[in-house]
Amino acid sequence: MMGSIYADAKYQDVPVEEKERLFQEVKADMRWHTTLYGCYECGICVASCPSARFYDFSPRVYAQVMAREDVHTFYELLNDSMWDCSQCFSCTRCPRQNNPGGIITIMREVAVKNGLQSAKTALQAYSRIIYKVMSTGTQVAPDMLQPDFFPDWGPDVVKVSENLDSWRRAIPPETLHTTELAWDVSEQTQLELYLIWKLSGNLDIIETLDEGIFMILSEVMEELLEEHGYDLDEVEVII
Amino acid sequence: MSSKLNVINPGPTKAKDRFFDRKGEIPTEYFKDQLFDLEAKGEIIVHRIEEGNYVEVDTKYGRKKKIPIQNTWHHKSCGQCGHIPGYSTSIFWLHRQLGYNYYDPKDQTSCTAWNYYASSASNSAAQAAIAIRNFAQAYQDGYFPLIHCGTSYGHYKETRNEILHHQGLRDQVRRILDKLGKPLVFPEEIVHYSEWVHAMRDEIKARQKLDLSNVVVTVHPACHYHKLVVEDAIYDRDLYDGQRTATVSGIVKALGADLQDYSTWHDCCGFGFRHILVSRDFSRSFATLRKIERMKEEANPDVVITHDTGCVTTLDKSQFAAKAHNRNVGIPVLSDSQFAALAMGAHPYKVCQLHWHGVDNKPLMEKMGIDHEKAWAEFEEQVERIKSGEIEFLSWEDAE
Ligand code: SF4
Ligand code: SF4
Repeated sequence: MMGSIYADAKYQDVPVEEKERLFQEVKADMRWHTTLYGCYECGICVASCPSARFYDFSPRVYAQVMAREDVHTFYELLNDSMWDCSQCFSCTRCPRQNNPGGIITIMREVAVKNGLQSAKTALQAYSRIIYKVMSTGTQVAPDMLQPDFFPDWGPDVVKVSENLDSWRRAIPPETLHTTELAWDVSEQTQLELYLIWKLSGNLDIIETLDEGIFMILSEVMEELLEEHGYDLDEVEVII
Repeated sequence: MSSKLNVINPGPTKAKDRFFDRKGEIPTEYFKDQLFDLEAKGEIIVHRIEEGNYVEVDTKYGRKKKIPIQNTWHHKSCGQCGHIPGYSTSIFWLHRQLGYNYYDPKDQTSCTAWNYYASSASNSAAQAAIAIRNFAQAYQDGYFPLIHCGTSYGHYKETRNEILHHQGLRDQVRRILDKLGKPLVFPEEIVHYSEWVHAMRDEIKARQKLDLSNVVVTVHPACHYHKLVVEDAIYDRDLYDGQRTATVSGIVKALGADLQDYSTWHDCCGFGFRHILVSRDFSRSFATLRKIERMKEEANPDVVITHDTGCVTTLDKSQFAAKAHNRNVGIPVLSDSQFAALAMGAHPYKVCQLHWHGVDNKPLMEKMGIDHEKAWAEFEEQVERIKSGEIEFLSWEDAE
């Protein structure tokens, strides 16, 4: 097989068998069969795509490369531009009923599960979000509104962060008086969430992706699970 | 020799007189066929909306969708509750004002789709188990799920497709739920709160207090509302000829505001999940160059109304940096729930919590006839009571 379509391909030294293995993993995903039906090369997806306007990125390339089974170019995309996708699914306008954004969702999961260095790099600054989602069951916490994290959002962020506690109490629904969580999640629900992470193998994915996050997440989970008579190590992955 | 043809050319029909009546087969399968089939086989429980407790609306290809009126389990959104709390508060306030019973649960997690659309640090079994744990909880609590977040709504519909088509996934999720002591339940419909607002628009209009006829509005339809599982979004032949989702535009029109169009309505807001947190230069650029500036130039609206968490955040917060670069920006951004609540006379700070938004919304309030100085003083008074320890929290009674 020829090399990738890119003259400046970065991963020419990676053995074709490895590229083929990951390509087959994408194709084995149950969602694969409803994401790609061929391609008219019409470019409608590109015209709809926000990421195509600001990055060297094209949903059409994904549809065509995957349809042609060009594993070399696939591997370049897998390690680079796929992280530019906004996951907005504007490309579902495709007249061929393709879902290039959906192809990318699957590719990203394969990259993360296999612990590719490019995925680790792409998600480095994001790891605290992974921790927040998995440890609390909610992601966008009020106490994230800090001027050093959102300096470009203007002076209102400063006002919110200065008044956070009293302003949160000045919201009528009683579930919203929280500052570290988006809303008050019950302990039983948090316990069930932790069991899902473990039973579904999701915790193992985090271990492959980011050892540090895995350690602190396990600690938090262990504490609550133990209180309720579970031993984290004994809860087995059952899927 | 020339011949005369006896043809009278009537000219093109005026757009307002044209009417497209859909006759063809519906191109997508109907999820309910599989859902009820699985129920008949004893594989899942279908959580039904009670008879007499729904409004029927049309979806993209003319199928009917049931929108529950009350007894709803409010599946909150982390972005709304965390950063735009007036968004969710307004949804609850509308229910209270219309006299409809609802439940605001603590036994709810988010859909956790941040680990799906942003990081992909999850898998289908975990994502489906999270969805169905929430659904099972709603079922056990005796309320029908109403989803506040557009992404949760889209993600749950994708999850529904996966669950319905893949026996293997159903088995995995059932094993997980067994361990939690929860049944495998799927609701009869996945309903977004903005669909409820749409279905309730006449009741909201009947209680309207403010005249909005001089308020110019542009609408941003949320991507995860109408681009994921496209056939299930609400369309109405009286809005955009039925060629664009009617959700949000329907309530804006019902309230008598001046709804204006703009060329990039189909574009996303620039949120991008990963981008809004770690590549915000992209989000800011897209939100302001492709959305806000286009709206300004083409419609010059007083406000943008939208119906998802990320859209309000991105379109609103991105404008500060653009303003510093003297770009043509400066449009307040609100949710449909906040806009409807304001129209019904809700307090702009105690209920709609507009002080959490970025763009200056005072000119908008003035145009709507709201005395924002008085309202802010009233809010500050309550905050002082909280700070002094006189009250612990602002109650619904204080806010209403
Ligand atoms: S989902 Fe990704 S590829 Fe598709 S339009 Fe959005 S940014 Fe582009
Ligand atoms: S819109 Fe569809 S058919 Fe057209 S180029 Fe994109 S993937 Fe190919």
